[in-house]
Amino acid sequence: MSLDEREQRVDVDPRRVWESEYARDLPEGDVIRNRSGFEIKPLYSEQDWTGSRDAADGYPGQYPFTRGIYPTMYRGKRWSQRQLVGLGTPADYNGRVLQMIDSGANAISLLPCNSVFRGLDCDQAPLPLLGTCGTVINTVDHMDRALDGVSLDRISTAMNDPTPFTLLAFLLGTAKRRGIPASAITGTSNQSDYISHYVANHMFYRLSQTGARRIFTDHVAYCREILPKWNPVSIVGQHMQQAGATPAETMAFTLSSAIQYARDCEAAGLDLDDVLPRFTFFFDISISFFEEIAKFRAGRRIWARIARDQLGAKDPRSWRFKFHGQTSGVDLTVQQPLNNIARVTTQAVAGIFSGLQSMHTDAYDEAITCPTEETARIAVATQNILREEAHLTDVIDPLAGSYYVESLTDEMEAEILRIMALIEDAGGMYEAVGAGLVQHMIGKSALAAQDLIESGAEKIVGVNCYETDESEAAAPEPYRADPEAMQQHVDSFRKFKAERSSDAVRRALDALNRAADSTSDNIFVEVVNSAEQGVTHGEIVEALRDRLGFGHPLIVA
Amino acid sequence: MSMPLRVLVTKVGFDGHDRGSRLVSAYLRDAGHEVIYTAPWQEIEAVVRLAVDEDVDIIGISTLATDHLIVPDLMEALAAAGKGDVAVVVGGIVPEQERPALITAGVRAIFGPGSSRDEIIHTIERIGDDVRDARDRVLVGEA
Repeated sequence: MSLDEREQRVDVDPRRVWESEYARDLPEGDVIRNRSGFEIKPLYSEQDWTGSRDAADGYPGQYPFTRGIYPTMYRGKRWSQRQLVGLGTPADYNGRVLQMIDSGANAISLLPCNSVFRGLDCDQAPLPLLGTCGTVINTVDHMDRALDGVSLDRISTAMNDPTPFTLLAFLLGTAKRRGIPASAITGTSNQSDYISHYVANHMFYRLSQTGARRIFTDHVAYCREILPKWNPVSIVGQHMQQAGATPAETMAFTLSSAIQYARDCEAAGLDLDDVLPRFTFFFDISISFFEEIAKFRAGRRIWARIARDQLGAKDPRSWRFKFHGQTSGVDLTVQQPLNNIARVTTQAVAGIFSGLQSMHTDAYDEAITCPTEETARIAVATQNILREEAHLTDVIDPLAGSYYVESLTDEMEAEILRIMALIEDAGGMYEAVGAGLVQHMIGKSALAAQDLIESGAEKIVGVNCYETDESEAAAPEPYRADPEAMQQHVDSFRKFKAERSSDAVRRALDALNRAADSTSDNIFVEVVNSAEQGVTHGEIVEALRDRLGFGHPLIVA
Repeated sequence: MSMPLRVLVTKVGFDGHDRGSRLVSAYLRDAGHEVIYTAPWQEIEAVVRLAVDEDVDIIGISTLATDHLIVPDLMEALAAAGKGDVAVVVGGIVPEQERPALITAGVRAIFGPGSSRDEIIHTIERIGDDVRDARDRVLVGEA
């Protein structure tokens, strides 16, 4: 370029210069879309986002909480490192969970065996399937053993516990034995969001929708009275995103469900400012890094507006969008499994930049098996490294003000609101799910996502690019419960059933049935009583299925 | 491919994740086959009954959370019901170490993560042709 030419260009708009140079260097053009379908530009600048909106977005801890729900965020309190753990017998769980607490976990999460999710006791399930993916817990005794040495008044315990919330009942029985007041117990009823169980994954589906709906509000009312520090509601976007929903769809469906649950609580006579502060959310964090951050920032401010303006909650604590994030297993690969450590790290950073309150990082072998001790340790260490070494938490909401992130947050918000309007037009979440609308959208998105992988447009290292020839020796050893220990567990369960007071069991079940038959008694009160009287998990679920129906999960293929 | 295959796509055991089974059902349907699709958590007896009632050529079992461990029980139950000619294929998470047990039990193919649409469809069609050929031979032999 000559000196003259250079002088001539001084007056030219640098934006226009960049545009022409970009077009010159990339003449064929390129269209990149994120998982929610937004076209992503190569550059974001002032014309995409016009600058600070402190007044509209609020500072951290201020409505509408775009920048975080607490004034101090991670400077004041680290996120809960809540690793999902579930394996083997209660003794196996106990060993693993004490190890997790030693490695730095400050909260725990109990994942029961899939037989428990199905509402069965261990003597009703094939032995090879027991304890492979979760812990076999059917009684207060089992819970007591699983949480031996865990201080229930100091460690927050999340239970993966769909309606009728038998695990919480067993936890309360355990606390009572140990003389710990219920008011001191902290934690969350994960999987209380039964709507998500109907539309996706179906793992936690147990009772008819009407039955689940009734027990849900009974359990919320019970927790409000007896367990003031317990979060009875966890609304789960994870299942839908895992089943294929895009990040935008996931947030829209989850918030639509939250509106439904809030309305149900209100209809049950509960004051929203008593219950909304105990609403929590649970999401997958995918590897679509910026998209996830935008999803959570947008979700936070949409929920604040819904809670305040649409639902009319007065207490600012009701407006806070508290969420747990789990790094998404969908992005993990069986191929070259150690690569998953890099994926989980990326997802976890997205979660931290999103301002989550609690996090689970997947072990690198989770695409193949229930994690082993060593892989679980690395997953916890990943969080420790990100928190202690990487200085990610020095600044609150550090990506705020990025033209791209702010513009993406706005775009995400608009798309979430568009999908929520579709749900509302269909008559709300129950109607939309009943009509198959939600399942249809999830199925369509799952197929579209798979097509992109098939065509190679979406790259997955080790799957459709950078493949290597892997020997069988490289495959991680899958975790399997020790069959002898499991058989002993089943035998001692049978012995327990034979030796317990059959009168007490009959009386408790009678009371449970009466509560289910009435329209006003609190069913969960009787679930707690039944557990204390030695009624087993399978017996409680069976009684309630008889009374309230099993129904069918809503599947649209 | 000569005739559309009849394929039962289902899940046994306790897991409910159905992203994979729904995708594969859509693939088979789009390739012109007839898919009988069920909710998850089928008992083995129910799968055998459906295979008989629907006269299927192939049963596709989707597995994520160790439910493949009871697939050998399904193979035995099918044989006992006189439906040993129905081919069984498995898709999903089956650790390397546990594949031989399924193959020994008679599972015709295992599609792990990363299997392409074409690979799944072509393999199932090839197995379906085998099933039909074997049935034809039995019919000819009887005549």
